[in-house]
Amino acid sequence: MKITFPYMGTYHIAFKMLIEGLGHEAIVPPKPSKKTLTYGTQNSPEFACLPFKILLGSYLEAIELGAEMVITSGGAGPCRAGYYGVLHQKILQDLGYDTKIVVMESPFRNIFDFLGKIRSVIGPSGVSWWTFGKVFRKAWEKLKVLDDIEFLSHQIRPFELKRGDTTNVFSKCLEIIDQAGTIPEINEVRVIAKKMLNDIPVDRSRQVLKVGIVGEIYVVLEPFANHDIEITLGEMGVLTHRSIYLSDWTRESTGYESTQKVIEVASPYIDELFGGHGIYSVGHSILYSKKGFDGVVQLAPFTCIPEIVAKPILNKVTQDYNIPVLTVFLDEQTGKAGLQTRLEAFVDLLAQKRDKLEGIAI
Amino acid sequence: MPVKIGIPRALAYYAYYPFWKEFFQKLGLETVISQVTTKQILDDGVKEAVTDACVPIKVFHGHVRDLKDKADYIFVPRLVSINKEKTVTFCPKFLGLPNMIKTSMTGLPPLIDIRVDLKKGKLELFKICYRLGRKFDVGLWTIVKAYSSGMKAQAKYQQLLNEQYSPIEAVNILDGEDSLLANSTDPKLKFAVLGFPYTIYDKFVNVDIINKLRKLGIKVLTAEMVPPKILLQQAKKVPKNLFWNFSNQVLRAALYYLDNSKVDGIIHVTAFGCGPDAMVDKMIELEAKQRGKIPFMSITIDEHTGEAGLMTRIEAFVDMLALRRERS
Repeated sequence: MKITFPYMGTYHIAFKMLIEGLGHEAIVPPKPSKKTLTYGTQNSPEFACLPFKILLGSYLEAIELGAEMVITSGGAGPCRAGYYGVLHQKILQDLGYDTKIVVMESPFRNIFDFLGKIRSVIGPSGVSWWTFGKVFRKAWEKLKVLDDIEFLSHQIRPFELKRGDTTNVFSKCLEIIDQAGTIPEINEVRVIAKKMLNDIPVDRSRQVLKVGIVGEIYVVLEPFANHDIEITLGEMGVLTHRSIYLSDWTRESTGYESTQKVIEVASPYIDELFGGHGIYSVGHSILYSKKGFDGVVQLAPFTCIPEIVAKPILNKVTQDYNIPVLTVFLDEQTGKAGLQTRLEAFVDLLAQKRDKLEGIAI
Repeated sequence: MPVKIGIPRALAYYAYYPFWKEFFQKLGLETVISQVTTKQILDDGVKEAVTDACVPIKVFHGHVRDLKDKADYIFVPRLVSINKEKTVTFCPKFLGLPNMIKTSMTGLPPLIDIRVDLKKGKLELFKICYRLGRKFDVGLWTIVKAYSSGMKAQAKYQQLLNEQYSPIEAVNILDGEDSLLANSTDPKLKFAVLGFPYTIYDKFVNVDIINKLRKLGIKVLTAEMVPPKILLQQAKKVPKNLFWNFSNQVLRAALYYLDNSKVDGIIHVTAFGCGPDAMVDKMIELEAKQRGKIPFMSITIDEHTGEAGLMTRIEAFVDMLALRRERS
């Protein structure tokens, strides 16, 4: 069967391996583009959030390429993302496609439903549960390598001597990672890719600003949705650290904070899980301040309710912890130039603030 | 002098006011309600609230501001769930409401931001009431009495809704005023006007759409007029429940009206930038399209909604449906 999946950051490389390992043909949706967005906005409700529109657009593009099934994640609310699957399915039906959307709900909610859905994917190609476990582990390893490499690239970019070097090397790293097929190979490319990035000529004496990135998961992870914000900031000489990596919760190499800790630090401001990544935006901002970051950028799709609720709370955090927060609401109308101007102004202010603290400013 | 509890005339007011009013009054406290939404209240709300919030949230901020000097406490409960449906909660803005108010407004009297999560168990509501009562040093027996008369008031209110009174009319009747059914007895057409109670019944926010329709000879039916039991039966028609209590009511009411052919048209009133409504609106649109019998229109309101624009759209919709009926 031809199976597609949501396009998000670099993760398609791992998802592709998983689907192929299960004996299906993986249809990788094209990298989101203007075309994706046009397809998406045309068929989505006006006030659906940007991730909804991009995902619908990329499903439609994948269907043009022959996809017969979409595998995506579900959710239990109150964030809208948990209902995407149902509505996407209805919209596809209405457009006359019989592509099936398989929504993986949390196994902790209904384990039989979860296993049943996996069986419906591995059953037809005759893959045993044993093989599934092996393939899944391999894909997971790959996902971790992808995260490691991306994390490292953001650490190096602000120091690069020649602007654009890191981004070029990073895309070469992705190609190599894509080639790796077995666990030893994956471990090998991890070392090679790290070396490639570490070999980029850098100027370590530079004083860089540190900015944390918080917000809604999709717009934080997908560069098309946030107009390559981490690259843009990196090339302005800002070291970015984002609060979300998919492989986060299994290890600490990406500066991972346990969800429990994040919720705990956010609790004086809000002690209710109000959906999406709202509470994490608050908690991570506080932690960034404690770790000496210069500022925080909150990314959110337009009409994203959890982040709207987080926004006034972040204002209070700014006052209490003295950490500036720039909130950016993204939608299909957001232009790169406008965002760039806002980021430049923000970074200038952060630099001035730091200089003042260090007594350099006049 | 009794303690004054301020209740904002916004959001959950349109669904659960009779209970809380009766409960607080029987505790021996005084309840103060904010005035009906006006331009001033909306403007105040817009000033206080976060820019990206929807208009009902902004209006809520305005009502809280209105109560600032009139009450000793302001009642802003955190609504998490109000029935046993496990997957159903409220819009994140309801979940974070007390925090939004606390962080964006200053100089307020203390908030009563009690957490209402009724899916925990049958006695949960009583426990909440008990805690509230103890806060004001009221004895157990009085709390029990206040609780039961609150429940009675809410049941009576629900019964009035089932008899097709609107929440506002029902509250008036509970207060002892006479209110005749404003729907005409011999209507030209029947419309379902669906949306969250706080957008449908706030005359100022939606430019009085219900009375405008009534003046055109339309009988207006709303989600509140479908008895809760029948609403719940509609749940199985969708593959997965929505996560938000009020949205479920709207979608289920839409399915009920669609399948029972009780109406000539459906109007969905939604607030600009409303997250849950983006989903609900498309679901109703697709369900209506699939059945292909009942026309559907969606109206978006925000703080700039003008009377003329809305009127034109309503008149056009009514004329088209009247024409359609004549032809058939």
